Amino acid sequence: MITLFGYPIQALMGQLLLGLINGAFYAVLSLGLALIFGLLNIINFAHGAQYMMGAFVAWLLLTYAGINFWLSLILAPLALGLFGMALERLLLRRLYKLDPLYGLLLTFGLALIIEGAFRQAYGVSGQAYQVPKLLQGGINLGFMYLPLYRAAVVVVSLVICLATWLAIEKTKLGALLRAATENPALVQAFGVNVPVLVTGTYGFGAALAGFAGVLAAPVYSVNPLMGSNIIIVVFAVVVIGGMGSILGSVLTGFGLGLIEGLTKVFYPEASSTVIFVIMAIVLLLKPAGLFGRTA
Amino acid sequence: MRPLIGLVLALLAALALPFAVYPFFLMKGLCFGLFAVSFNLLLGYTGLLSFGHAAFFGFAAYVSGHVMKQWGLGPELGIASGVAVAAVMGLLFGLLAIRRQGIYFAMVTLALAQMVYFFCVQAPFTHGEDGIQAIPRGKLFGLVPLDNMYALYYTVLAIFCLGVWVVWRAIHSPFGQVLKAIRENEARATSLGYRTEHFKLAAFVLSASLAGLAGATKTLVFQLASLTDVDWHTSGEVVLMTLLGGMGTPLGPVVGAFFVVTLENYLAEVGAWVTIIQGFIFVLVVTLFRRGLVGEALAYWTKHSRNRSRSGASLPSPSA
Repeated sequence: MITLFGYPIQALMGQLLLGLINGAFYAVLSLGLALIFGLLNIINFAHGAQYMMGAFVAWLLLTYAGINFWLSLILAPLALGLFGMALERLLLRRLYKLDPLYGLLLTFGLALIIEGAFRQAYGVSGQAYQVPKLLQGGINLGFMYLPLYRAAVVVVSLVICLATWLAIEKTKLGALLRAATENPALVQAFGVNVPVLVTGTYGFGAALAGFAGVLAAPVYSVNPLMGSNIIIVVFAVVVIGGMGSILGSVLTGFGLGLIEGLTKVFYPEASSTVIFVIMAIVLLLKPAGLFGRTA
Repeated sequence: MRPLIGLVLALLAALALPFAVYPFFLMKGLCFGLFAVSFNLLLGYTGLLSFGHAAFFGFAAYVSGHVMKQWGLGPELGIASGVAVAAVMGLLFGLLAIRRQGIYFAMVTLALAQMVYFFCVQAPFTHGEDGIQAIPRGKLFGLVPLDNMYALYYTVLAIFCLGVWVVWRAIHSPFGQVLKAIRENEARATSLGYRTEHFKLAAFVLSASLAGLAGATKTLVFQLASLTDVDWHTSGEVVLMTLLGGMGTPLGPVVGAFFVVTLENYLAEVGAWVTIIQGFIFVLVVTLFRRGLVGEALAYWTKHSRNRSRSGASLPSPSA
């Protein structure tokens, strides 16, 4: 057996891949959080719940309507996007003139309602979701076995992150979004319908979370608690990276996932706390976060 | 004079209540009431939203449970060690968390509390999923056996009053005035020459210690310290109690705590409904009455009495 630093290379690579997958979800979720925070000045605590809903929509569609993974990958984000826009219109909109903390509290309440409702309906044991036929199996790379689906998750997440980055940095709509983040009143004065932009951004953020949820369904079991488990880690990721730059939050997400994976190999006891420890260190050394602009 | 009479009446009621209402329910309310009052010192008077206060509450519960069960020390030492550990944790977490403001402060405290949670899941002395069970209550100062329900109740009531008095003294002191100034406008407080970080840190440590006092007392009452106490749901619950009762009102959080504890008592059997209803209360309070039950009542009261005095003063002028 080939070993590296005294550890079997198969196990090492397996954990690294798992870390990379976790990192992919951290990246997509923190990207959505950063987008929403930029324009709405709200930390979306319901982001985890929306991720969980994405996974559940996919599972429900498959179980009750026989709709396959690929169609769910489009339908679930659409549903979540509509759901998000409705939330923004009905509830979040009332809070923009208040302290941003109220937004956190409101979305926390929403997260409790959503999580509680799914727990009430489906319990906490978790539902299995099959890997789509096309991506079953894997490739033997010699030094490790690479499951196709897991590799696809990493690639697709990267593509989504890059596409979002391009859309924001290189398109007209992205330019408007960035301008509205800087100064919404001024953008409104130029005749741009900023409220619609805000609604759309929140919907897009929720859709992104739902998309991540569908991707996650075959990897983890579909479980009402999967959202709250991941969102707190994502908060730490966001504190570490700072929400100033999109590429920054993507990089931080993947990097921390890898570090978590490595910790699982070398010091498993700390694997669930390592990201929080890193957060503490970053706060000591660079309080604004690695890519943050302001404290 | 009127507030004093009210206070005496409330105290008399608190003394007599265990003969009418199940004392363990009252004690649960008092423990969570103290927890919420300590939390309110931060949210209501300093403007800092800590989303990780369960860490202090729950870890102090574990520490005092361990000290009383494994080391066999008395309840006063058990509670004191829980408070001491919570104070040290408050100092460490506070030092980290006050490096960021506003929304980031909330996220940092939540993340640090989650770290404590995972630590408690793995550390051997917490006994994982089982928690520390059947913790002996012992005798207070070696004299009063706390297994007597009424002795226990009056001890808990005394601890509660002590905690509330500490917070009351803090917010009605020059220190408290500076905290309120920070809440209203931190930049201005800084420009007036106050080292706002020092004040924020002091408030954080005080709040964490009192949250620890509440958690340790809860261990004494229920003879149990478990993962529920350090869970983020508990952090959310104390936010809810404070918000619902009225943040920035001295006793609003106690009202909120009793409300939430009552709710849990009635809904304990029906699965996740507690969580769902708590979520709805959050949404309702944030969108409709942000001053909370007590805050809205106070606002109504002052508006009403002002209207009355105004109409009295305008009586002599008949013309419109």
